[in-house]
Amino acid sequence: MEERKYVEFTEEMRKTYTILAPNMLPRHFKMMMRVFASYGYNIELLETTGHRIIETGLKYVHNDTCYPAILVIGQFIDALKSGKYDVHKTALIYFQTGGGCRASNYIFLLRKALQKAGYGFVPVISINLAGLEKHSGFKLTAPLLHRLFYAIIYGDVLMNITNQCRPYELNKGETERLADKFTLELANKMQTEGVSFKKVKANCKEMLEAFAKIPRSNETKVKVGVVGEIYVKYSPLGNNNLEQFLLDEGAEVVVPGLLDFFMYCIVSNQTDISLYGLHKMRKPVLDLVFNYLVKQQKEIIALMEEDGNFAPPTPITHTMELIQDFMGLGTKMGEGWLLPAEMLELNDEGVHNIVCTQPFGCLPNHICGKGMMKPLKEKNPDMNIVAIDYDSGASKVNQENRIKLMLANARANLENKERENSVLPSDENKNQKNSKKILDKAEI
Amino acid sequence: MGNESTVAEYSLGIDIGSTTAKIVLRKGEEVLFERYERHFSQVREKTAELLRLISGITGDSEIAAAISGSAGLGLAEAADIPFIQEVFATGEVVKLKEPDTSCVIELGGEDAKIIFLDGGLDERMNGSCAGGTGAFIDQMATLLNITVDELDTLSLDAGRLYPIASRCGVFAKTDIQPLLNQGARKEDVAASIYQAVVNQTIAGLAQGKKIEGKVLFLGGPLYYCKGLGLRFKKTLNLDDEHAIFPEYGRYAVALGASYFAEKQQDTYTIDSLITAVENAGSVSSGKGRLKPLFANAYEYRKFVDRHAKSAVKNADIAEYKGKAYLGIDCGSTTTKLCLLTENNEILYSYYASNQGNPVEIVREQLTEIYKLLGDKIVIAGSAVTGYGEELIKHAFSVDYGIVETIAHYTAAKYFEPDVGFILDIGGQDIKCFKIRNGAIDSIMLNEACSSGCGSFLETFAKAMGYSIEDFAEKGLHGNSPVDLGSRCTVFMNSSVKQSQKDGASVEDISAGLSISVVKNALYKVIRASSADELGEKIVVQGGTFYNDAVLRAFEREIGHNVIRPSIAGLMGAYGAALYSKKCAKSNIIDSVSLKGFVHTSKSAVCQGCTNHCRLTVNSFGDGKKFISGNQCEKGLGKAVTEEPLPNLYEFKRNYLTSLSSKEGTRGTVGLPLALGMYELLPLWHGIFTKLGFNVKVSPMSTRRTYEKGQFSIPSDTACYPAKIMHGHIEALIEDGADAIFYPCLTYNMDEKMTDNHYNCPVVAYYSELLKGNVDELAKVKFLYPYLNINNKKELAKELYTYLAKFFDGITKAQVKKAVDFGLNEYDKYMQAVRDEGARALEFARKNNKRIMILAGRPYHIDAEIGHGIDKLANSLGFVVVSEDSVFRLAEPFTVKVLNQWTYHARLYRAARYAAEHSDTELVQLVSFGCGVDAITTDEVRSILESEGKYYTQIKIDEITNLGAVKIRLRSLIGALDERSGDNGRA
Repeated sequence: MEERKYVEFTEEMRKTYTILAPNMLPRHFKMMMRVFASYGYNIELLETTGHRIIETGLKYVHNDTCYPAILVIGQFIDALKSGKYDVHKTALIYFQTGGGCRASNYIFLLRKALQKAGYGFVPVISINLAGLEKHSGFKLTAPLLHRLFYAIIYGDVLMNITNQCRPYELNKGETERLADKFTLELANKMQTEGVSFKKVKANCKEMLEAFAKIPRSNETKVKVGVVGEIYVKYSPLGNNNLEQFLLDEGAEVVVPGLLDFFMYCIVSNQTDISLYGLHKMRKPVLDLVFNYLVKQQKEIIALMEEDGNFAPPTPITHTMELIQDFMGLGTKMGEGWLLPAEMLELNDEGVHNIVCTQPFGCLPNHICGKGMMKPLKEKNPDMNIVAIDYDSGASKVNQENRIKLMLANARANLENKERENSVLPSDENKNQKNSKKILDKAEI
Repeated sequence: MGNESTVAEYSLGIDIGSTTAKIVLRKGEEVLFERYERHFSQVREKTAELLRLISGITGDSEIAAAISGSAGLGLAEAADIPFIQEVFATGEVVKLKEPDTSCVIELGGEDAKIIFLDGGLDERMNGSCAGGTGAFIDQMATLLNITVDELDTLSLDAGRLYPIASRCGVFAKTDIQPLLNQGARKEDVAASIYQAVVNQTIAGLAQGKKIEGKVLFLGGPLYYCKGLGLRFKKTLNLDDEHAIFPEYGRYAVALGASYFAEKQQDTYTIDSLITAVENAGSVSSGKGRLKPLFANAYEYRKFVDRHAKSAVKNADIAEYKGKAYLGIDCGSTTTKLCLLTENNEILYSYYASNQGNPVEIVREQLTEIYKLLGDKIVIAGSAVTGYGEELIKHAFSVDYGIVETIAHYTAAKYFEPDVGFILDIGGQDIKCFKIRNGAIDSIMLNEACSSGCGSFLETFAKAMGYSIEDFAEKGLHGNSPVDLGSRCTVFMNSSVKQSQKDGASVEDISAGLSISVVKNALYKVIRASSADELGEKIVVQGGTFYNDAVLRAFEREIGHNVIRPSIAGLMGAYGAALYSKKCAKSNIIDSVSLKGFVHTSKSAVCQGCTNHCRLTVNSFGDGKKFISGNQCEKGLGKAVTEEPLPNLYEFKRNYLTSLSSKEGTRGTVGLPLALGMYELLPLWHGIFTKLGFNVKVSPMSTRRTYEKGQFSIPSDTACYPAKIMHGHIEALIEDGADAIFYPCLTYNMDEKMTDNHYNCPVVAYYSELLKGNVDELAKVKFLYPYLNINNKKELAKELYTYLAKFFDGITKAQVKKAVDFGLNEYDKYMQAVRDEGARALEFARKNNKRIMILAGRPYHIDAEIGHGIDKLANSLGFVVVSEDSVFRLAEPFTVKVLNQWTYHARLYRAARYAAEHSDTELVQLVSFGCGVDAITTDEVRSILESEGKYYTQIKIDEITNLGAVKIRLRSLIGALDERSGDNGRA
């Protein structure tokens, strides 16, 4: 068989080309882009929004393809058409997982769409760890990966604590401003500082302290977790600004971090060995990397616990234990076992209300999302989950109405719990102040 | 409830649903006023109007008030009145009024809800793809041309139920239309429609949770439609004590809102409420608007003048003498007739809704025509086309029955000899064909999910209180048409809801809907990315294009002008009439026989085979009969004389169902014959037989299989092959299996020609879902190990480790031997399939038969999932081979997508084989909801088209009607004939 042909991103191009990247997690990606920049890539994050992106996507991608592909490809082509870039000096970059989910085909759908739109000459770089494609001008070296990993750590911590601050801040916008400031500073540090986990920890500590100083109310708010297909879970473009909607509804949003997804990918590779006896020689490297990530994550968690102002994330090893009774770790397409595992993790953290986001017609989600709700709820009657489908035709009214139903339940549950708690003997004046803490305890 | 939080004298609940507004006023526990009215999207006005009605009661007293309902959200926000989510409001009422209720089923205009009260409150609403609601019943009543009340009355006299797809309204329509066309009793259809709503509610919402105990039925449709309540009671097996239809059923949400109101701080007077509602400015988002269809009056005039040119001449029937030609187009919702002179002028034409009874319409029209003809005009030829083609052909002895696509092409050619593209948007379907070198080059029909085009506009016009003509006229003048996207109608319903909330005018909504219909056709059906793909010469037709707003939207969307014949809605009939001109002498029923014409229809069940097709037997006065509903020739009572054509689907079915099993000693292992089991059955069957198990395979699916398992399906948008798995599990458990085996296989067989060899996520991990959702599985040992079938040693090792946990006395050596045996059985099976494939190809070539590669997945051979399409293809003269029997005959090659799945890789190579052989066609079967096929279909198409071959795709789901499939396959045959210059076999 002949080799599949694609436009290669060459060493020459690296010097003169602008690489466009899709945006999924604004803060994470901003820092990651800075890492790439420090390795000599001229990379730009697309932050465009608007209906034209969907229109463009629908025009060039099979309409039954997953919504994230329609959005990302639409965003790329829309950018190329915008006139803002010299299309002959522009490349695109996109992630490719390489599993059994059709997401592995996004790169090819993107190339087909480019061909159709008359941009067949634009190189598309695939970021993947499965060695699917090679580009002489683009290499994921170990130090680069290492730095990317730190960007993810920063991004996760930042996302975690801003989510815990924002709903309670007394001066509107303060959290956001501080988060913006740190995003910029850390991005700069990614370029200047070497790869040292010690420095990462110091930076995180600084961040934790700075956010703790934001004046906050101690009212009790409904906590809502967001899980789902990775793109619609994180991207405001994909989920109709879900986070903002939940905030406006007076909820505190809890979103599990990106690091978990990467560790999940590694576990997927490990199960190929443990379940099927495949690629046995990869085992030492996989185990090494996994253990390393686990250790780093634990240290960050310890740091947050020590600081004591914010609830830390759950270590992946515990999340993996939680899912064992419900699903095998061999379920590895799409978000696989991680999706229900994150629901359990949230529940375990006292976040019983969950929005499960998925693109309409997402195959792995039939099994890992909707397919797991019944058994999960049976074992955990407190869980209050709503599944929301996202696609170009879904109406925001319907989505919001369903989320409102979940929130109404959440508030009722919270009231009941408060009523139970208020029966507890307590000092009346202090009661108000401590109610949040009592509640947290009661929920755990 | 109602403790010290407010001091208001009255409590008011307002419930604004998608179609109706409800209001309840209480003083204490006494309801003083209640009202239920349609709001025709005038939410603010209607609410204010209802409020005024109660001002006499309340005077200036303080009122606690709250709004609920899907269309009430915007109003509540704008008027700053408390809002309560509607399901939650229902919950409030039930807790108060019927505390021992276990479950509430509430149907509204566009929503369906189930609330479980036992064991923790659990509430569910319909997803974004569901139509089993009030609006659906309305739509169906419109389709039957009766009122909802009449529909209800009819349903009570039903004698039988037809299976009607329950997923969404569009599907159901596809099922109902042919039933009506074939003369099914309206009583039976009415009850079947209700049953579809019931099935939808249960399958879509209960999602594995059993509905039992005391059930409360709420909402407008359940209050008004007694027959619907009856279907629910029967299906759920509830007696009168357990099925409660309360008097306040319609008002439950409003009532709940009134209780919620009492707990709020603010109170109002009736005047302050009315003021708040009236002043609630429509909060227009400003986003999602499009450019108007016409920039100015001049542009509009130019448009009108241009289209006036494509007219057909009329001839006066009173003056004409000589031969005339009759064309009949019996479509899904309308019947069209056209009588031509020898010069193709129109003597007589007819276009109207067939009102569910096309035979009667045609009889009336023929009578009328004969009256006008007198002795001076003779019908020299006649042809019929469309859904009702066969029925009409048999009833009136029409000379030719031709497939629609051929009829339309014949007509379009008349207006534009070089026509390159024909787009026909009718009441129910979109059809488009590309013409290349004077032959139909590719055919695209809308998939069941995006139909509803013309009739959809009509339904909408009606709902908003306009005739379709007025509605279209309004659309021409919309200043900023709303952007409604290009998805199916169910989605559009809610988008329209949203734009109404945003205060869009009727003009803008009408224009927006027209644009949506066009986008739907362009991007969903044609899948065009630019006008260039459609070519220069485009003819648009079909009744929907009478609508100037649609026509204009189309021209705007593709960026250049098109031809719309003045007889846009008659093109099928006109084409049929043109076609019939080659007739020498017509055999059509004469005026004398027509007078004595009678038509009756009754239903029957075919006893020809185990399929038991439900037949509709039409009898005509002269003893002639026409039978429909049959999936094969047996139902027609004919003896099968000829040797059947080779059919790999049949061969595989026979092979798999006749695997012999020995009496085992280790107990019974059940193998569900669904999804991946269809491919690997010989492997697992071999292994477990060899290990000494008694192996039981679940029988091939029927509709019953699906129904048996539908209670535990958690995701209603999964593919049918997956959903039917639940029934197989239930069947095996009922049959007494001790264990059930369906392994998790991330990787399928590696056939060494691809980037990877995955299974799709559904085939790979469905057991994980079954384990969590099928409660019955707790009764047996459910075996679902993760296995590697590509490595004998690994497979034996993994299987041994797993089985040893469940069964005593199994040794590693035994498993190893069994695995060897099983893999050998699998190889034998695949070899047999390939040998039979070779035999079939040889047979076809020796006997000069067309070959069809019916390409899908292994599970598409299932009689229920594949709906007998293989046999249909046989009956149309094709030798049918499967993708797995021939793909190895083509060299492996590199495709343009990531070739990541085993089953799909076979598709690509089978397509290559078809592309390389002129006597071989490929028809791809695609299960609705198969995300993977969004990738494969485009690739298979491009492989075929690169060699100038037709690409034909058939989407299959629960739909059992073969009519549309037949049209598609006959169009393919027609196109092939046309291309080879053989012009009469269609």
